[in-house]
Amino acid sequence: MVELALPKNSKMTPGKVWPKPVGATSLREYRVYRWDPEDGRNPRIDSYFVDLDDCGPMVLDGLLYIKNKIDPSLTFRRSCREGICGSCAMNIDGMNTLACTKGMDEIAGPVKIYPLPHMDVVKDLVPDLTHFYAQHRSIEPWLHTESPTPQTEWLQSREDREKLDGLYECILCACCSTSCPSYWWNGERYLGPAILLQAYRWLIDSRDEATGERLDYLEDPFRLYRCHTIMNCAQTCPKGLNPAKAIAETKKMLLERQF
Amino acid sequence: MADARTAASRPLSPHLQVFRPILTMMMSIVHRITGGALYVGTLFVVWWLVAAASGPEYFAFVNGIYSSWFGRLVLLGFAWALVHHAIGGIRHFLWDFGYCLDKATATRMAQINIVASLAITAVIAVIGILVA
Repeated sequence: MVELALPKNSKMTPGKVWPKPVGATSLREYRVYRWDPEDGRNPRIDSYFVDLDDCGPMVLDGLLYIKNKIDPSLTFRRSCREGICGSCAMNIDGMNTLACTKGMDEIAGPVKIYPLPHMDVVKDLVPDLTHFYAQHRSIEPWLHTESPTPQTEWLQSREDREKLDGLYECILCACCSTSCPSYWWNGERYLGPAILLQAYRWLIDSRDEATGERLDYLEDPFRLYRCHTIMNCAQTCPKGLNPAKAIAETKKMLLERQF
Repeated sequence: MADARTAASRPLSPHLQVFRPILTMMMSIVHRITGGALYVGTLFVVWWLVAAASGPEYFAFVNGIYSSWFGRLVLLGFAWALVHHAIGGIRHFLWDFGYCLDKATATRMAQINIVASLAITAVIAVIGILVA
């Protein structure tokens, strides 16, 4: 359902301004969304000051600085710090991206950080991705075959392999799905751009033999057709991929199989 | 059931409140609004035609409303909504064929949509003034 305003328990309030590091000459302000499940209060926005002379250049470096040196209770996910695990996906400076590949120098003014939009918050910058992963499971993201298993690998021509370019790079960070207003309003039933890109990745895999069943599953007013080409997915993808294009190609496949 | 209680009270993270209003998203919203406005505009056209069929007196009454400065302003807005929505429709038509979906082209098409809709509406307004 379209609900433009936040529920009462989700409205943000001003938070604490943490003291500046002593003796620092080059400071950067971070404004970070905080919510603690144990204190019973509404989310708040805390301000921190990061010493740039004692910190790496990326937004994630600043978050780690805060956690290590100012406020160990700040909670966020991170792992690889090089844009391949997708853990540190969050809303930074108004767009969803990975904190580890977003440079502080790309942002004007204070670095504003929120969890991925329109998700249940577990704590601070950690959203609940259970439903997102369940939706991924629902498209059966593995190779389906009926032919006898070959002695070696399932082979593929160079041209067929190239069809997976722009798709296999997806790291399922959920930046695109949580940037999509259709997913905000209908995320219960609409699969969202990330999962639909993954679905297309199996649809056009020359080795996969369940194309018909996969298309049957997607042919649904909500699962696929809630995409209205708003384009936030392509605009925000930190890997430069284009879920909108994958969805358009899927719609074309559905149309073409009627002839 | 401590877990269930915590899950129920979890806040929803901010969405429209914090997401940057990028052009392609704004144009999608405007496309919806203009689409809705066209229903109202079409009713104005119908009212005008019904008035014409009802006789000279009633037609003069309705035509008088449409010719007032406020009526003209609404009709100008209707014309813009129609042109803007039509050009937006062409964008969606191209997208449905799988064209112009890369983000740079999509943004450029949104810009063209705004400029073209304003320019064509201006031309319509000038023609309207000249004919009147």
